[in-house]
Amino acid sequence: MYLTDPDPSILAKKMELVDKLLSFLPRDAVIDDPRETLAYECDALSAYRCPPMVAVLPRTTEEVANIVKICWDLDVPVVPRGSGTSLAGGALPTGDSLVLGVARMNETLEVDYPNRLMRVQTGRTNLSVTGEVESDGFFYAPDPSSQLACAISGNIAMNSGGAHCLKYGVTSNNLLAVKMVTMQGEIIDLGGSQFDSSGYDLIGLICGSEGQLGIVTEATLRILHKPEGALPVLIGYNDSQVAGQCVSDIIKAGILPVAIEFMDRPCIRATDAFSQAGYPDCEALLIIEVEGSEVEIEEQLAKIIEIANKHNPVELRRAKNTDEANRIWLGRKSAFGAMGQINDYMCLDGTIPVSKLPFVLKRISEMSKEFGLDVGNVFHAGDGNMHPLILYNANKPGDLETCEAFGAEILKLCVEVGGCLTGEHGVGIEKRDLMHIQYSADDLEAQMAIKDVFDPKWLLNPTKVFPLDASAKRRAGATQETAA
Amino acid sequence: MNTVSLVPSSESEISEVLIKETEPLHIAGGQSRLEATEEKIISTSALNGIVEYEPGALTMVAKAGTPLSIIKNTLQKENQQLAFEPPELKHLLSLPGNSTIGGVFATNASGSRRVQVGAARDHLLGVRFVDGLGRIVKNGGRVMKNVTGYDLVKLMAGSWGTLGVITEVSFKVLPIAETQSTLKINFCDANILNKAINTPYDVSGTFYDVGSRVSYIRVEGFDKSVKYRIKQLLGEFSDFEVDILEMEESKKFWQNVSNLDFLKNIKGDLWRVSVRPTDGVKIIQMLNPKVGFLDWCGGLVWLRVDEGFDVREKMQKVAGHAMCLLGKFEQFHPISTAEKTLSNSIRKKFDPKMLLNRELLN
Ligand SMILES: Cc1cc2nc3c(=O)[nH]c(=O)nc-3n(C[C@H](O)[C@H](O)[C@H](O)COP(=O)(O)OP(=O)(O)OC[C@H]3O[C@@H](n4cnc5c(N)ncnc54)[C@H](O)[C@@H]3O)c2cc1C
Ligand SMILES: Cc1cc2nc3c(=O)[nH]c(=O)nc-3n(C[C@H](O)[C@H](O)[C@H](O)COP(=O)(O)OP(=O)(O)OC[C@H]3O[C@@H](n4cnc5c(N)ncnc54)[C@H](O)[C@@H]3O)c2cc1C
Repeated sequence: MYLTDPDPSILAKKMELVDKLLSFLPRDAVIDDPRETLAYECDALSAYRCPPMVAVLPRTTEEVANIVKICWDLDVPVVPRGSGTSLAGGALPTGDSLVLGVARMNETLEVDYPNRLMRVQTGRTNLSVTGEVESDGFFYAPDPSSQLACAISGNIAMNSGGAHCLKYGVTSNNLLAVKMVTMQGEIIDLGGSQFDSSGYDLIGLICGSEGQLGIVTEATLRILHKPEGALPVLIGYNDSQVAGQCVSDIIKAGILPVAIEFMDRPCIRATDAFSQAGYPDCEALLIIEVEGSEVEIEEQLAKIIEIANKHNPVELRRAKNTDEANRIWLGRKSAFGAMGQINDYMCLDGTIPVSKLPFVLKRISEMSKEFGLDVGNVFHAGDGNMHPLILYNANKPGDLETCEAFGAEILKLCVEVGGCLTGEHGVGIEKRDLMHIQYSADDLEAQMAIKDVFDPKWLLNPTKVFPLDASAKRRAGATQETAA
Repeated sequence: MNTVSLVPSSESEISEVLIKETEPLHIAGGQSRLEATEEKIISTSALNGIVEYEPGALTMVAKAGTPLSIIKNTLQKENQQLAFEPPELKHLLSLPGNSTIGGVFATNASGSRRVQVGAARDHLLGVRFVDGLGRIVKNGGRVMKNVTGYDLVKLMAGSWGTLGVITEVSFKVLPIAETQSTLKINFCDANILNKAINTPYDVSGTFYDVGSRVSYIRVEGFDKSVKYRIKQLLGEFSDFEVDILEMEESKKFWQNVSNLDFLKNIKGDLWRVSVRPTDGVKIIQMLNPKVGFLDWCGGLVWLRVDEGFDVREKMQKVAGHAMCLLGKFEQFHPISTAEKTLSNSIRKKFDPKMLLNRELLN
């Protein structure tokens, strides 16, 4: 992947920038020593690294606004950062950029149970949001596997999902309002505590915009009352097509589980070896979770098991209590870690129509042979969001490139069968040059026009999302018309 | 009145029209809502038909002019539905047209189940549209999860045809529950709605009649589950006199809510106010309307007030927005200067000639 070179004329302004920042920020909030900026050189797409010129860690929205104004005046690109767990290189700096991290902005500003909402600064980690309201019986539904580390700011920017989004939706469906700083340094409020707002759905537009439209500093989130309980059932099949059919039959029967997870054999083997979860050695494994009281769980699981049995499973294990539930989830939850033990891996995130699952899995295994790299598949089967994990050796010359080429082929396949490049991780730098596959020039133009409105100088995270050739003119400053 | 009517039957025809056009156009779906003031209308009626329906994947793709009734019937055959329960005001306003699926998403029309499953915008997965310059644009797709590029799908939902003519929509559908029951709680306060939703019992509808002080709480699902939850909720509200509306009665009640029957045969202006749920009661107290109903846990207030009564002026201090559906006032609530600046710029990008629905959201 090509990383853009730093602009020497911007690098030349480093001293001036740092001086201006220090005029209102404490010393420890401005990181300009090259040994320390290294801490911000990458996110979870760690094959690509580049330390920024400066990193700053503000505590308030006003500080953010002042920082951004300075960058606007000096034409310094700004890369917003939450916890740096992006798998798409969304938070990867360029050498001439300022990384604006919101990690110190982690306060709870309001909890309102009757209205089922909570307002936080966006540096809060996802899990800590639920942690704050859990003892009162509430939770924040979107639960990315990275929830211990990832921040609400990153969740909003990537419109992150989680294992339970089949029932509860993704970030966008659980976000009511934001406070945001535009690249001109203006502080604006979008959305509200009510269910809908007048005018365009600007909140919907901000969510998933990958840090390119504004810096989100506060968020009003929907919180929900917890269900009484939840239990999973584990079902193994010797044919992925049959497993896919089983999922489809469950859904057609009117049952809506909160999660339907799917693993293929390579992944089952790796996770089982790693976690001793006791998974059966089979072609396809489903973990299906339902929620409610005992009676309700019983009722739903009985229906699911009846359907599953029609397809002759090789194993069917029903959790009867939390311990057994945890054991069933153990392997799935450590899937990325398990694959990481075997080798370096690249995690893809394309979505496909559920009916295309058997075909796509077959093609992936054929391609795996062609490219000579192993791949395991974990999959949110209810919504078609695949996570092929391609194993490669970062120390072997050429392996990363082969892996990326393989990955690109898989994503092309996802688009060909009617799906998309990314279901929850975002485009970042990783998939920006593949955007042409899914979108026409006019489609991309319509999206870039939105960025022109919010960020006329293209200073906010400018090298992400759009193919470099498509955004080149704009990044070079051709669009100088302001939003006013 | 509308004099000229264009009825294009494809995206490319619409594109040709918009490239050349210099006069304002009003986009007509089923025209179940008639706010058109322009001379010319562009109708979506020839963009008709379900393109794809995969019940096992809970997704459907349809052309924008497809009548809502056709969509509903097709889904019903597979025991599925549009879970966001699009309301149809045409019954109330005695309008002749039939709603179209494009019109539903263009107005983000969402009903009582919003408190459980979200709005129309939360179910819209993909759009195709032709913008004011005649450019054919697609965004999103037909899969349930998609974060590829900016979410113009959300932008188009509820944009009232001011950014482009939507030609095709793909959306999420959900199973129709096996059964449902509704608790009718008599002589209670509106805060019952918030109490009911803040339980683990997965309430799917909350409605309050201010005049008679009656709350309606709906639960849906499999038989045993519904019975169980009704029992639990009865326990929560044991201080009240409660009736239970079973399946058919319950269905009928919520169908009436969806058609806004309760606002029928009452004179006066019609308003729809959206506020923080616990503020719904405040609005009622402040305005003392002829008739008032609360949906969405109190967050949606339906009002009929004396002709010319300015709801917006009276609710000033309560955050939210009021839409005037019948009356002399501007339909849409004003937005903040910052939002206005951004919105105008976005509109200029998509429709620089200001051809489409010029009179709306202005
Ligand atoms: C092991 C592992 C498992 C994962 N599982 C999931 C999963 O199940 N589901 C899922 O969706 N994702 C998953 N992810 C991906 C990642 O965790 C999410 O994308 C997450 O939302 C990123 O949050 P972050 O705070 O780490 O953001 P960062 O990585 O810091 O940044 C991500 C993007 O957000 C932007 N951004 C950050 N802060 C702001 C701000 N204040 N204003 C504007 N833009 C901002 C950045 O510029 C960047 O584009 C996983 C990642 C890992 C490593
Ligand atoms: C706040 C609110 C107010 C409502 N007010 C009414 C009302 O007064 N009367 C009523 O019958 N229903 C109303 N509804 C319900 C909802 O508008 C209808 O269900 C929907 O409009 C029916 O579609 P239609 O085809 O009849 O649309 P139409 O009445 O033809 O159009 C409705 C609006 O959407 C635009 N539009 C329609 N199709 C497209 C398209 N393909 N692309 C772009 N724009 C399009 C139109 O220009 C118009 O502005 C309302 C809903 C909400 C949420």
